[in-house]
Order: sequence, then C-alpha cells, then structure tokens
Amino acid sequence: MAEPSITLEVFRYRPEIEQEPTFQTYTAPYREDWVVLDALNYIKDEVDGSLSYRWSCHMGVCGSCGMMVNGEPKLSCAAFLRDYYPAPIRVEPLANFPVERDLVINMDDFMAKLKDVQPWIIRDQEKPVSEGEYLQSPAELASYKQFSMCINCMLCYAACPVYGLDSSFVGPAAIALAQRYNLDSRDQGQDARQEVLSKHEGVWECTFVSECSVVCPKHVDPAAAIQQAKVSGAIDWFKSVLLPRGSQ
Amino acid sequence: MSEPYHRPISSTTWWLSKRNYVLFMLRELTSVLIAAFLVVYLIQLAQLAQGAEAYTAFLDRLASPGWIVFHLLVLIAALYHTITFFNLTPKIIVVRRGEESVPPVLIAGSHYAAWLVTSVVIMWIVLRS
Repeated sequence: MAEPSITLEVFRYRPEIEQEPTFQTYTAPYREDWVVLDALNYIKDEVDGSLSYRWSCHMGVCGSCGMMVNGEPKLSCAAFLRDYYPAPIRVEPLANFPVERDLVINMDDFMAKLKDVQPWIIRDQEKPVSEGEYLQSPAELASYKQFSMCINCMLCYAACPVYGLDSSFVGPAAIALAQRYNLDSRDQGQDARQEVLSKHEGVWECTFVSECSVVCPKHVDPAAAIQQAKVSGAIDWFKSVLLPRGSQ
Repeated sequence: MSEPYHRPISSTTWWLSKRNYVLFMLRELTSVLIAAFLVVYLIQLAQLAQGAEAYTAFLDRLASPGWIVFHLLVLIAALYHTITFFNLTPKIIVVRRGEESVPPVLIAGSHYAAWLVTSVVIMWIVLRS
C-alpha cells in the first residue's frame, strides 16, 4: 500500500528572482505523529533545499518556528498534520511582519521593542554580593510567573490587528514582559518602563481584541497583562495628580 | 541586501478574516447604537424642559413601531456589550490572596451581582411612584 501523503501550499518569496511572493505546492509523507515542521524538514531535505524557514528546538520552547498555518499563528512544531489531514495545509510566514525570504520574517522591530521595555530587573542601587541574594516568597513569585513564560515567539504580534495596522504599537509580548518585571518584588524599574508603556503607542493603543491570548502557546495571556498595565498606569496618574507628593 | 516584502493589510476589511475579529467589531459597534440612543435621550430631556405637553407628544412618537424596534436593538446591543465585557473583567482585575488568585468566576460574578442590585434599585425607584 502506498504511504499516505499530505499537500502543503508554502509561501515562497525569493527576492533575487521575484518581486511578488508565490505559493509552491509540495507533497510530504503523512504520519500521525508528524507536525508541520516535520513536513517542512522533509521538503527541505528531500524535495527542495532552497526552502527557507527558522526552527531550532522542535519542542515548543525556543519560539523560533512560528508560522501562519491555515491562516492561524502557530508554532509549526506544535501543529500536528493529523489536525488538518487530508486537506492541504497552507503555510505562510507570521502575519504583520516583513518577509525576508520564504517563511523567514524580519524581527528587528520586535527586538527593538523588547529592548525598549527593559525586560530585566532594574535596581535603584544594586546591593553588594556579600549581602546575599534578593529573596522572594512563593506568593511574590506567583504574582508574575504567568507573564514570565513568554518565549518571544511573536505569534501574538501576528494575531494582533492593531499591530498589523500600526506597527508603532509596542505590542503584546513586550508589554506582557514589562508587566512581568513591574510585578516582580525585586524590581524597581516601573517608572523607567512607564515612559514606554504610557505613551500612545504603549498600552493605550490596545483595543482589547484578545486574540493575542488566544494564540499564545504558553498561556501567558498578554491581553490580561496589557489591561492590568492600563489599570496600574491610570492609578499612578491619578495619584500623581491628586496626591500632594505625587505617586512617590 | 534586498528589501523585505510587506504584505498588504486592508484597513477597512481586516476584521472579516477571523470570527474573533468579527465578534470584537460587533462589541465595538454596539457603541454606535448606544450613542444614538443617548442622542434620542437628550432630545427627550429637552422636550421635558419644554413642558408636559411637549413631553407627552414626544413619548407618543416614541411609541411607534419603528422607535420600539430601535430601542429593542439598543437593548440587545447594550446587553451584548455588557455581558461580553463583564466576562472579560477577570483579565483586568486580579485579586491575589497569597499564592492564589481569587477565581475568575467570582470577579465576573461580582459585576453581575452589582448589575442586578443596581437594576433592582432603579426598578424600585421607578415603580414606587
């Protein structure tokens, strides 16, 4: 009996030979335990070595292999062929990002935004190592842990229509990570991050479509992080206006 | 190096591409009906200021089938917006108790409870006279 196969319609863009992208149809073996990334690896190894895409861990940790699978942002290592078979699968680069080649997007904008929100622990004054570590209780850890699960896969940016229409929006993952550090009991950098979050392109650009949270493979719930950042930003503003010594 | 390719996105029809986007736009568009209702309501208040005769005449006009349909649509829009937004409140309000958070159903539930209490109080004020 012939091995069952599945059809993949893959977005191709080779800037040195074409002005506009095209779709190329490939056939790959269908196996029940294969994911879209396995099929792409088969195509690259056996059919067409010129196909370009990013991947690394094949286990939903590295965040490299995000693609549009039938129009939905997915980690291609977590999108099983069996969920689409026998229909053909359309594979495109992550939406809302410029395409460098085939399924490879340009992520410079995201990397810049990630840096802008300073997603690391900021201290007014670092204490010397001799004084020991910064201690944290399980309750303090629990307050931000969910937002710390982000793997920077950018699926949320591909799902966000606000980012699609106006790429100046700081966006879901970067804001969720800013909120993750703002909620960290060891951190003192909220004011520094507020400059980025409170401008128009920060949290207020979000219209709460919530699709970022729907597609997040790590259940970070960036939509919740953004709304919570709006609340704390608004409270800070009221404090600064109403209290004699501001929010200090 | 060659320029990256920018895929076009339609600023007017993007929301038709996904069911969740359509539901989001429906929630946003309910505001248009509610704004229209508020304009009618402002006119109603202006008529009240004109005196009893003008006000009664205005209420008679509102009793026509067209206006009843309009108010029904406004009611549906207001309910849709309220319910979908109340269901989202656990994402916005997180009350932490040690390592646990107050369950989302209690956060949303407290909004529904406050809605019910407010409605009963208003109903009492209206029906009292």
